[in-house]
Amino acid sequence: MTTNTLETPVEAAPARTAPKAVRRRGEPRPLVRIATHAVLIVASLIAVLPVAWIFLLSLGPDKDDYLRPAGIFGKATLDNYVQVLTETNFFHWLQSSLIVSLGTTVLGVLIAATTGYAVSRMRFPGQKKLMWVLLCTQMFPIAVLIVPMYQLLTELRLLDTYGGLILVYCSTAVPYSAWLLKGYFDTIPFEIDEAGRVDGLSPFGTFVRLILPLARPGLAVAAFYNFITAFGEVAFASTFMLDDTKYTFAVGLQSFVSEHDAQRHLMAATAVLVAIPVSAFFYLVQRNLVAGLTAGGTKG
Amino acid sequence: MIARIRHGWRRHWYAYAMIAPVVLVLGVLVLYPLAYGFWLTLTDANSLNSARTIGVNEIEATYKFVGLDNYADILFGETAYDRFWSHFIWTIVWTVACVTLHYTLGLGLAMLLNQKIRGRTFYRLMLILPWAVPTFVTVFGWRFMLADQGVINAGLELLNLPTPAWLEDSFWQRFAAIMVNTWCGVPFMMVSLLGGLQSIDANLYEAAELDGASPWQRFRYVTLPGLRAVSSTVVLLGIIWTFNQFAVIFLLFGTKAPDAQILVTWAYFLGFGQQPRDFAQSASYGMLLLAILVVFTSFYRRWLARGEQQS
Repeated sequence: MTTNTLETPVEAAPARTAPKAVRRRGEPRPLVRIATHAVLIVASLIAVLPVAWIFLLSLGPDKDDYLRPAGIFGKATLDNYVQVLTETNFFHWLQSSLIVSLGTTVLGVLIAATTGYAVSRMRFPGQKKLMWVLLCTQMFPIAVLIVPMYQLLTELRLLDTYGGLILVYCSTAVPYSAWLLKGYFDTIPFEIDEAGRVDGLSPFGTFVRLILPLARPGLAVAAFYNFITAFGEVAFASTFMLDDTKYTFAVGLQSFVSEHDAQRHLMAATAVLVAIPVSAFFYLVQRNLVAGLTAGGTKG
Repeated sequence: MIARIRHGWRRHWYAYAMIAPVVLVLGVLVLYPLAYGFWLTLTDANSLNSARTIGVNEIEATYKFVGLDNYADILFGETAYDRFWSHFIWTIVWTVACVTLHYTLGLGLAMLLNQKIRGRTFYRLMLILPWAVPTFVTVFGWRFMLADQGVINAGLELLNLPTPAWLEDSFWQRFAAIMVNTWCGVPFMMVSLLGGLQSIDANLYEAAELDGASPWQRFRYVTLPGLRAVSSTVVLLGIIWTFNQFAVIFLLFGTKAPDAQILVTWAYFLGFGQQPRDFAQSASYGMLLLAILVVFTSFYRRWLARGEQQS
């Protein structure tokens, strides 16, 4: 498994060999091209296999089919999906996941947008320190906040509530969005602000009427990143949500494999139902996401 | 003095008004819990002496101040090696191994994808699948595959290779953890580095070729310097993410497998995976982790800044 992937960088060197004068730039020699395809095919298979495996298991009617995967082809059925949709907490989990993720997204982006703009356009005392604090919060290990948050939420009676989880997620979503949006605002020409100022708009007016509409792609990336992070978060959700109808998918999926029973076939079906829309969404926006992620870091 | 503050306020109040929401959020959601967490590390709080509600009865907190005992105990106490240092060493090994694999594999694949070959888009879409599907889904896929009689061991048996107990034996647990995390993390590196490669001016390669540079020299003196800005960012992000990686290890092993727990998951185990829950020790681990990261990041940035001045 891994040995195949390990060879990739070794193969990579000859793959970039100089094109001879006849061929166009960047077009590799035939032998190199075959090697390239071979490596890429192997790597793609490795990338796809675990996901495909879940899909295969989701079709097998028995919870121990993962031991006899070949047998699934003969008896493939969609029964697991029917069972997941009708007999489990699937829709409860869907609801919780959506409430928590959307709540985090909206709050995170709303609060962060003004800060991103202020840090991008205005020079004020304490600006460097604020950026440094924002950066530092992004590297908080969950172990730092999870204990005090647990105690605080208990005292405020917010444990096992959506609001509590949203607030906890905002502690990471807000600094991150602010940092990312700062990167995006930096790419909008300053002349636009000046034009707004000349036309008699206040700094707030410039921000709301001119910059925010222009920054829509950046806002979308920040929103999407927050959504994905909140949706996939495991540690806080596993600890703070106690009622099994309030689980997010990240917790609900674990609940299929308890110590006494492992309903792997149902788990696989749920996993597929979750993975398809999320990854489809991811593929739509991934190019912007990468640009946004690295821009924040290089310009800071 | 007051006049200066008033002047500063008048000049910058727009800016301050705009950052107010974030400062408020950071204060309430980050700094206050942080301070509170630090206070907990100076006590002997656990789930038996913290404030809690049982039915209708509210029980007051009875934990007491113990100074720096928790830190002393973690770092130098009896069995400190088993409890802290062994996990510390494993965390370093884990971080270095994962980030190295992420970066080299990511760079290798990015360079392959940066050529004019057929099916480039298709490969790209396949290769970022591990990133597109949520981790909490894919890790379970790996768990099924790595299980005792799962497909990986069946395959190894077919080839007459040894079939390790991936999820039980401590060495193979660590191996499996690195393998799964590598699988999860390569796509991000690959896509970022591909972006970096595409922004390198093609003329540079042409000039290097005219000067008779070998492929290796072109890689060493054109590609790597061209990727410098992207690399320094993604490596830093990679180190922080891997060091803090929770989901992969937690979902792969739960709170069992003490040998495979990195510091983050170990701190979680102390605070939430055992009875009674040891809040004070768990929070102390958190503080130590944060300290390690902050120190590391400042050095990294300083080192970067120095490198930039030299070049």
